[in-house]
Amino acid sequence: MTSQRLAYTYLSDHQREAIDSWRARFPDHDQGRQSAVIQALHIAQEGNGGWLSQQMLDAVADYLELTPVRVYEVATFYSMFHLHPVGRHKVNICQNISCMLCGSDELVRHIEQHLGIGLGETTADGRITLVPEDECLAACTGAPMMLVDEHYYTDLTPEKATAILDSLE
Amino acid sequence: MVNDVCYATLKYDQPWTLDNYYREGGYEALKRVLDGPMDRGEIIDEIKKATLRGRGGAGFSTGMKWGFMPRDAPGQKYLICNSDESEPGTCKDRHLLRFNPHALVEGMIISGYAMGATVGYNYLRGEFMKEPFERIEEAVREAREAGFLGENILGSGVDFEMHNLIGAGAYICGEETGLLESIEGKRGLPRNKPPFPAQYGIYGRPATVNNTETIASVPTVMRRGADWFLEQGRPNNGGTKLFCVSGHVNSPGVFEIPLGMPFKELLGMAGGVRDGRKLKAVIPGGTSMPALPGEEMMELDMDFDSLAKAKSGLGSGGLVVMDDTTDMVEVCLRISRFYYAESCGQCTPCREGTGWMHRVIKRIYQGKGSYDDIELLEAAAGQIAGHTICAFGEASAWPVQGILRHWRHEFEHYVEHGRSMVEAAA
Repeated sequence: MTSQRLAYTYLSDHQREAIDSWRARFPDHDQGRQSAVIQALHIAQEGNGGWLSQQMLDAVADYLELTPVRVYEVATFYSMFHLHPVGRHKVNICQNISCMLCGSDELVRHIEQHLGIGLGETTADGRITLVPEDECLAACTGAPMMLVDEHYYTDLTPEKATAILDSLE
Repeated sequence: MVNDVCYATLKYDQPWTLDNYYREGGYEALKRVLDGPMDRGEIIDEIKKATLRGRGGAGFSTGMKWGFMPRDAPGQKYLICNSDESEPGTCKDRHLLRFNPHALVEGMIISGYAMGATVGYNYLRGEFMKEPFERIEEAVREAREAGFLGENILGSGVDFEMHNLIGAGAYICGEETGLLESIEGKRGLPRNKPPFPAQYGIYGRPATVNNTETIASVPTVMRRGADWFLEQGRPNNGGTKLFCVSGHVNSPGVFEIPLGMPFKELLGMAGGVRDGRKLKAVIPGGTSMPALPGEEMMELDMDFDSLAKAKSGLGSGGLVVMDDTTDMVEVCLRISRFYYAESCGQCTPCREGTGWMHRVIKRIYQGKGSYDDIELLEAAAGQIAGHTICAFGEASAWPVQGILRHWRHEFEHYVEHGRSMVEAAA
């Protein structure tokens, strides 16, 4: 079956097993199967250099036996899913209210200058993508803060932040 | 007392372990509830008597909400924990998940039992996929090993299973029906109500959604009694509450304090306004709640009813403190950008209105605004609230209306002079 090959071509054994373990958390019916789509997309994205290609979206749809549009609409709705290639590290600098009051705008300017890129861009060496962030990242008492590949770094100064970024491979 | 309920284990080196949770009386309430087991209605009455109000923002009576569930009807029912913490200024549940995850696990089991739910989902925002998720996963594993989860828990005949889930970045999933849609693997579009979640939750089955802190408070209510809990706070505002104090303070932090404590005292706990500056404004409950002038806040107590009387709200307990260097137009611009970016786009008044508000505020901030723009902003805000499927409409309009109510002169100064009247910002 062609469609079967899609899931097996683009998702590794390990990834399919990980998706299966999420499926086990939901009831064993059609609706329950759809529930695993967000977790499946996280897994597919992580194994694909941090972004989701058309093939990966279709592979997830194939594996979960969903109409592709069910996967597309989720992938385009949630901001943590990236539909274009990104750098090896994703950096989100919170600029919401508490961080703004504690100097996040200055922090962003400093980091942009240091890396030579703006928000939404990737360094030429493919190392870092500065992800535009509108949400508050729920670490307000450690403002200003940033998220580097899901790790929280709080109480930043421009110097501390650039030192963290410089240490990324 | 401070840190007595949800943060009780914080005094230990590794506050998240099962052993340390035991040292604080952990799982004693569960054992008592399951011994018999206790009548479901009796538990709900206890929660009502404690006046435990929803800690996520709405402040609705938890006991009453539980009462909506058809608890004795046959068929699958679900308990959902909302750990999608994303109200700007709020960072209490992330701490709770990392530092006292067992309070949530025990709370889930007791709450689930009280409503006749045998499966509980704890939905964490996607950004919590590392530390908070790993801690709560470990706690669930420990609880299962200790026999607190699964079938026939402690020989009581009660079954309960708990699963942690993660989202993928969407503020709207904090809205309870948006969250239910997200659990079903869909876009987080809030639903029209009725039917309410207690009739039609997930997969067409009844479900109740409670905030992380609300559920984590349940074991203490059941262990120390409704009267004890109620007495910690004030009538109709029972218990302690987590408050996140951020912004222009010397020692920002999350504090678990009795409801009704004067704001002045809480500000003191956070080290006061930074560098001894003058307090200008406070957002008392996350950005959805209107900001209040500093002088007014200094006279107010931190409970649901006191803040509602002051035309704001306790909300999620996220306090954003601003000193006299703060440009309120800039604050308004930042808040409006957030709501503009996060509107799910389902209802026209919100989808279009949040954009209108953002663009008009931006125009004023850039010195290109007119007096008509201030009127337009007010009109746009008034067209959103009350005209949408979910409370996001209010959440986007209230902060703008609040800032206009108290700091209209700052907008007028921008119109008149093309720049801020706040020296530090101008």
